[in-house]
Amino acid sequence: MDVILFLLFAGVAVICAINLVLQTHPISSALSLVGVMGALALIYLQLGGEFIAMAQLIVYAGAVMVLFVFVIMLLNEGKERKMQRKLWVRWGGPPLLFVFVAIMATVVEHFLPPSEGVTFGAFTKGTAEAIGTKLFTVYLLPFEVTSVLILIAIVGAIVLARKEID
Amino acid sequence: MPYLILALIKTVLVVAIIMHVLAYLQWVERKVIAHVQLRVGPRRVGPHGLLQPLADVIKLITKEGLIPSHVHTVFYFLAPFLAVVFALIPMALIPYGGDITVFGVHTSMQVTDVSVGILLVLGLSGMGVYGVALAGWASNNKYSLMGGLRSSAQMISYELPMAMAIAAPLLMLNTLSFRGMVDGQAGFYFGFLPKWIVFQGPFPQVISFLLFITAGFAETNRVPFDLPEAENELVAGFHTEYSSMQFAAFFMAEYANMITVSAIATILFLGGWHPLWPAEYGSKFVPTVIFGLSALVCFSHAASPARPFDRITLPVFGVIFLGIAGAFLVPVIQTVLLPLFWFGAKTGTILFVFIWVRATLPRFRYDQLMRFAWTFLFPLAIANLFLTGLLVALS
Repeated sequence: MDVILFLLFAGVAVICAINLVLQTHPISSALSLVGVMGALALIYLQLGGEFIAMAQLIVYAGAVMVLFVFVIMLLNEGKERKMQRKLWVRWGGPPLLFVFVAIMATVVEHFLPPSEGVTFGAFTKGTAEAIGTKLFTVYLLPFEVTSVLILIAIVGAIVLARKEID
Repeated sequence: MPYLILALIKTVLVVAIIMHVLAYLQWVERKVIAHVQLRVGPRRVGPHGLLQPLADVIKLITKEGLIPSHVHTVFYFLAPFLAVVFALIPMALIPYGGDITVFGVHTSMQVTDVSVGILLVLGLSGMGVYGVALAGWASNNKYSLMGGLRSSAQMISYELPMAMAIAAPLLMLNTLSFRGMVDGQAGFYFGFLPKWIVFQGPFPQVISFLLFITAGFAETNRVPFDLPEAENELVAGFHTEYSSMQFAAFFMAEYANMITVSAIATILFLGGWHPLWPAEYGSKFVPTVIFGLSALVCFSHAASPARPFDRITLPVFGVIFLGIAGAFLVPVIQTVLLPLFWFGAKTGTILFVFIWVRATLPRFRYDQLMRFAWTFLFPLAIANLFLTGLLVALS
C-alpha cells in the first residue's frame, strides 16, 4: 500500500514537474509547480513528517505560489515566445543532461557515506512537538538567524518599493 | 468492523447531511435577511418556501452552461472545481461529537482525526484561493480579473491575523488535533462556568475569538468584506462569466467555507460539543424544551391561522417538533443526538451572526479593508499572542 501510494504521488510530482517546463503559459507553469508542492507534501506525510508536510502545504503550495499567481495575473503576461536555438543545442542538450546527472550521481555515491535507505513508518519524530523542541533547543541559533534574515529581506523589499514610488 | 467500511459509512452520512445543510443555509439566509428588512422572503415553493432550495438546485442544474468565447477553457472549468473541493475537504476533519457506540460498533462522530488537523484546514483554506483567483483570471473579463485579484490579496492578508488568532488558543490547549482541542475544554469552573477557551484561565481568549470571526468574514468573502464580488463596482466579481452548475459550485464553496469557519470557531473557542452548563443542572433537557416550545408555538398559530393552508402545515410541523423533542428523551438516542445538538447550536449561532451582519453592515472600501487588516487586526493579534504566551508560561 505504502509503495503504491508513494509511486502515485511521486508520479504526480514528476509529471507536474515535466509539465512545468513544457507549458508555454506562465499560469500553467505556476499551477504545475503547485502540483509538485502538493505531491511533495503528501510524500513528506507518508514518510512521517506530518508537520513538515503541513508547512509545505501552507507556506509553499498556499502562500508562496498564490503570490506567484497573483503577480503573473497582475503582469498579464502572454504566452512564452519560442526561441530559435541552434541545431546542436536543441539535439545535444538532453544527452548532455543525462551525462551530467550520471556524473553527479557517481560523485555523490563515491564521496558521501552510505545510508540504509528509507522505510515507510520508520521515522516517528516528525510531530509538531518534536520539531518545536528541536527548533528551540538544538537549532535555536540557526532558527533565530533565519528570522533576522527574513526581517532583512522584508526591510530590503520595502526600501526597493519606496524608491520606485518617489 | 473494517476501518474502510466504517469510514465509507461516515463519509456518506457527512456528505448527505452537509449537502442538505448547505442548501438550507441559503434558505435560512434569505428568510433571515427578509425578516430583518421587513419582507417575508421565499414562500411560494412549498410551505414557508421550504422547498425553495430544491427548486433552486433543479433550476441551476437544468440551466444551459454558457461558455463565453474568450475564456481560457481549461482554467475556466478547473476554477469552480478547485473552489468547491478545497471548501468541502475540511468537512471530513471536523469532529461533530464525541465517541459513541451504535449497534455495538464503537466509533467517533468524525470522519477522521488528523494529528495536525488545524494546520491541514489552514492549508486547505489557503489552497481555496486558487479557485477564486483562477476564475477571475480565466474569465478574460476586466471585472472578473479585478474580483480575482482583490480576493487573493484579501485572503492572503487576512490569513495572517487568522493564523495568529488560532495560535493563541493552541498555546493553551497544547494540541493540534481537533479532538484533543475539544477534550481540553471539558469540565466546569465552580461547577457551572464551562472551561471553554473563551472562559478558560489563565487568559480567556475573547480577543482571539473576535479576531478569528472578523478574519473569517474576510476569508469567506462575506459582507462587510465581500469586495471580490462587489456588485455595484464589479458586476458580480470573479463569477461574472459563470452560469449554471459552475456558478452553483462557487455558491456552494462560499457556504461550505462559512460552515467550516463557524465549526472551527466552535471547536477552538466554544468547547465543541460540550454543553453550556453541567448536566446536573438539566442541560440535557435543553433540546427537548426548545423543540417542545416550537411545537407549542406551531399549535397556537394553527388555532388562529393567518392563511388558509396554515391550518394544515403548522400542525404537521408541530407534530414533527414534538417527535424530535421526544427523541431527545430516549437514553440511547440522547447520547448520539445531544453532542450533535450542542455542536449544531453553537455553529448555527455563529452562522446566524454571519447572516445578521450581512443584513446590517455596509461594505468596506478596499483601502479601508487592507488598512484594517495590516494596521489593526495584525498588531492586535500579535499582542494577544505575546500576552497569552507570557501568561501560559507563568502559570
